[in-house]
Amino acid sequence: MSEPVSALNKAGFDGIAHVQEIGLQGMITLRGNLAAKDLKAAASAVAGVAMPGVNEANCEGERGLCWMSPDELLVLCPYDVVQANTAQLQQALTGTHALAVNVSDARAVFRVSGPVAREVMAKLCPVDLSPAAFSPGMFRRTRMAQVPAAFWMVDEQTFQIVCFRSVAQYVFDLLSVAAQPGSAVNLF
Amino acid sequence: MSKRLPTHGRLIDRSKRIGFTFNGKPLAGHPGDTLASALLANDQMMVGRSFKYHRPRGVVASGAEEPNALVNMGQGAQFEPNQRATTTELFDGLVSRSQNHWPSLEFDLGGINKHLSRFLPAGFYYKMFMYPRAFWKHVYEPFIRQSAGLGQAPRDRDGDTYEHFNTFTEVLVIGGGVAGLQAARTAAQSGARVLVMEQTADWGGRAPVDGGTVDGAPVERFIEQTLAELQAMDNVTLRSRCMGAGVYDHGYVLGYERLTDHLPMAEGPRHRLWRVRAKQVITATGAIERPLSFAGNDVPGVMLAAAMRDYVVNYGVAPGQRIVIATNNDDAYRTAICLKEAGLDVLRILDARNSGGGTLMNRARALGIRIDCGRAIAKVGGGKRVKKVQICAQDGVGGALEEIACDAVAMSGGWSPVVHLWSHCGGKLIWDADQAHFRPDPDRPPTGADGAGFVTVAGSANGELSLDAALKDATEAGKSAAVAAGFKPRRGKAPNATATPEAALEPVWLMPREAHVGLRSKSWLDFQNDVKVSDVQLAAREGFESVEHTKRYTTLGMATDQGKLSNINGLAILSDALGQPIPATGTTTFRPPYTPISMGAIGGEARGDVFQPIRRTPMYDWHAAHGADWEPVGQWRRPYAYVQSGETVHDAVMREVTNTRQNLGLLDASTLGKLIVKGPDAGRFLDMLYTNMMSTLKPGRCRYGLMCSENGFLIDDGVVARIDDDTFLCHTTTGGAEHIHAHMEEWLQTEWWDWQVYVANATEQYAQIAVVGPNARKVLEKLGGMDISRDTLPFMAWADGQIGGFDCRVYRISFSGELSYEIAVPASQGLAFWTALHAAGQEFGVMPYGTECLHILRAEKGFIMIGDETDGTVIPQDLGLDWAISKKKDDYLGKRAQARSHMTDPTRWKLVGLQTEDGSVLPDGAYAVAEGRNANGQRNTQGRVTSTYHSPTLGKGIAMGLVLDGPDRMGEVLEFPDTEGKSHSAKIVDPVFFDKDGEKQNV
Repeated sequence: MSEPVSALNKAGFDGIAHVQEIGLQGMITLRGNLAAKDLKAAASAVAGVAMPGVNEANCEGERGLCWMSPDELLVLCPYDVVQANTAQLQQALTGTHALAVNVSDARAVFRVSGPVAREVMAKLCPVDLSPAAFSPGMFRRTRMAQVPAAFWMVDEQTFQIVCFRSVAQYVFDLLSVAAQPGSAVNLF
Repeated sequence: MSKRLPTHGRLIDRSKRIGFTFNGKPLAGHPGDTLASALLANDQMMVGRSFKYHRPRGVVASGAEEPNALVNMGQGAQFEPNQRATTTELFDGLVSRSQNHWPSLEFDLGGINKHLSRFLPAGFYYKMFMYPRAFWKHVYEPFIRQSAGLGQAPRDRDGDTYEHFNTFTEVLVIGGGVAGLQAARTAAQSGARVLVMEQTADWGGRAPVDGGTVDGAPVERFIEQTLAELQAMDNVTLRSRCMGAGVYDHGYVLGYERLTDHLPMAEGPRHRLWRVRAKQVITATGAIERPLSFAGNDVPGVMLAAAMRDYVVNYGVAPGQRIVIATNNDDAYRTAICLKEAGLDVLRILDARNSGGGTLMNRARALGIRIDCGRAIAKVGGGKRVKKVQICAQDGVGGALEEIACDAVAMSGGWSPVVHLWSHCGGKLIWDADQAHFRPDPDRPPTGADGAGFVTVAGSANGELSLDAALKDATEAGKSAAVAAGFKPRRGKAPNATATPEAALEPVWLMPREAHVGLRSKSWLDFQNDVKVSDVQLAAREGFESVEHTKRYTTLGMATDQGKLSNINGLAILSDALGQPIPATGTTTFRPPYTPISMGAIGGEARGDVFQPIRRTPMYDWHAAHGADWEPVGQWRRPYAYVQSGETVHDAVMREVTNTRQNLGLLDASTLGKLIVKGPDAGRFLDMLYTNMMSTLKPGRCRYGLMCSENGFLIDDGVVARIDDDTFLCHTTTGGAEHIHAHMEEWLQTEWWDWQVYVANATEQYAQIAVVGPNARKVLEKLGGMDISRDTLPFMAWADGQIGGFDCRVYRISFSGELSYEIAVPASQGLAFWTALHAAGQEFGVMPYGTECLHILRAEKGFIMIGDETDGTVIPQDLGLDWAISKKKDDYLGKRAQARSHMTDPTRWKLVGLQTEDGSVLPDGAYAVAEGRNANGQRNTQGRVTSTYHSPTLGKGIAMGLVLDGPDRMGEVLEFPDTEGKSHSAKIVDPVFFDKDGEKQNV
């Protein structure tokens, strides 16, 4: 076993906002009946947070639950326990129709932070990112320029973005272009 | 001559001078000037030549409607053609050149076209270039290409950056004149989020020039106050230099913001394209003055009357010293009064109305200006600038009564509301006979998803041309948009404006009314595309009755200004020629964008490195560092071959094939799709998706499967591994992962929604490496770990374990015919495992290989490739894959389609191997010809090449192809003509060229 490395090895960029690949994050795709008690219990037990509502993310530190679709959750956990947590979920859901898959290595995770982080994101995503419409606790699956992405807000000035690993360089370059000096929109 | 006045100029800063050049000549202007006002201040009345006849042209307007003053702007990476001087803010160091002339603006050879105008009538291109046919390619097309276009095409890569911006608003107001500001304030007072876009740098529109009072104070005060109030509101965003470019379905609007056009040294993007989703849109886009159609109305110095007072009031520039004004309405008298008060000579006002005008006329007369009613301009004299005007009766054919020397002419034919943005998404128009223009029909707005209108019009864009009416209209528009967006407007009355009463306008579409042909053929409708009154009349005589056909035949309104000045005049002339009322003729279609926007803004960030996403595997950088010659596969980049120094790409491919067959090859197979299918019904589901049986596969084993569309055609293939009773891992082709995933979800969500199956795409979770060749087992055993021996891990088995300390899943599968293991490790360790294999494999002759080697290895074995042997029309039976089609299953996707008569037709071409007589390589895609010719005179065909390579293993060319009755014709020789005129002979052979019994992979 060798030391695992994330797609961009924590590359960063500073412009009107700070762009950072944050390294490895444990992520589990959990598909099942989100209304079922056993699934809710299993997910909450692993993530340590309550079930999110539709289009919501309940995150605390490296742990959390994000609502992906009517039958899919994204379970967040520290990378070094993701295998154990995946197994724990599979174990807890034995006999239930559900699917838990470790997808940590299939993804890359970025943060965009700063007072105009919302503007940088709004250049790339067709989402209403005004403070009135999008705030910490919400979760959105959308597209970022030409690739799929999902994001939520860690705090009022920080977005956390998940994309596929193969397009990590593209997403980093996109965010760097969108955060280029002199490009603040001064809207939000 | 045109020059700077000592007075006026509310937008310029006279304390500063800035330098710029026009055709290399250094000139000076002031901050606040447009390029047009600065050129006029320097007596540069002629600014370009026309498109078709190369006639001298000057500035005719003061805004976005300008047809003539287009220039080549900037140099090198900042060069851009066709920039409108009237909307270009002057900056220090601006470089501009006039367009459409050779060798120079002053002396132009193309000007000879104007003497040929008799021979260049409407529809000239259609009439002229038809015959003889052979002339098109060698004479006409090169001639047209050389003449076509206005500005030059840029030579350098664009040096600027651009971006998009997505935003949402309840009410979007397009236009920051008095109506837009008042509508925005009214809407914002309801609490709605309001975004206001103004295309120029300044707020208030033309009200400060036209004058008037609001609530007892000058209109400027009203603008200042309203602007201050809007700026103080949290729910309001104001953007100047931002044009509403297009209104689309469901309240989607594009805004075009010019960030650094006026600040070329500033950092940041040059343009920003706003992608706005608005609940309600208010278009307060103003109105545009119409020219009058008289002979010589295109001579430099002839200008719209309102534009003339814009230059005086806004920029302190006199467009001439001795001016004649022609009008059919009262508004032009404002220009007369303005010019007179600025100390200029207004020689005459020619009012086409026999009864003249009202209050404003009296005011002009009181200033001592001579006014002739019922008079018209017969003809303007002068070439590169106005020299004189012949005066005639409006009711006549143009017999000159008098001639007066002058240096500028102002013309006003009335005002047309800017209805473009209302119309983009389907808003309809009505003809307002009193004001002689089309205006929005409030009963037929563009409608949204709920069937209700989502665009409201405010002010002069709605045909409310007076200040008081415009403000009342804007107040109502603001309220109704707020209500439609779900807000409750605050009660309140519109500001009380005073307006000077105006006498009725009299429509004048031709001056004089019965102008003879000599005058009509010099009366311009479309300045930019050189369309005259006589051209539209000719089109009508030739049978062009539809306004859309006439537009295309004459090119009226087809230039970069899209006919902002010409459309109404043109369709009035057409209506007259057809003897029908104007509403019966109608307008042409208004399409976005309102004025041309930059290609850069449309592309946004998508250029250079981020033009398109490139998908990279975890080993991408290693490949790049080891000579990878890249091949795009979907959005992935895969190494085609690893080229070593001194090698050609072909050499590298040959070396990689030989090395893999003899020693050890490593392939980065990470891009193959990996779909996890789990649930009690997973086996049943895969039995439906694949043509063969998957539910009988035992955990720990692998099976090759084919997937067909419901029409029976082969769409994907790959190895399925059963993980446990409920779980399968389906490999797809590299390009297939996403669409096969979607295919699975579609069937699960729409047809088999009650089956208990979940699918997850785990493609990128793993780096997958094919370890291939006689030494494959040796290198893995050297790294150590799990038992991968022949007996423990036989062909078509898989197992989890560790190799060299890496957690991995090992599939004993082979797409090369060699002893082969495909090993999946977590992507985060892919590069480490890849390099570990290389280090351990040195003693076994390890080399990486690329996709072309992979292709040759599989072709030598007769394995098909999706996309080579298949093209969307091929069924598995065509490829001799009947063995992979289950006879036991009741159904699978494609089964019924494959039973159709055309699918069971014995004459369908079938897969065979092809081998040239001389060992050469067959051309890819070549057809085998048969006896005779078809109905089109083409050779009949009986087969085609689907894959073709040089096989270093066999030392000759090998190919696969689909051939009529192929499998029954072994040994026959077919002829394959290529595109160079040569024919290749190839013998039909077994498609398996190498190790037919599979001994090499089974060791």
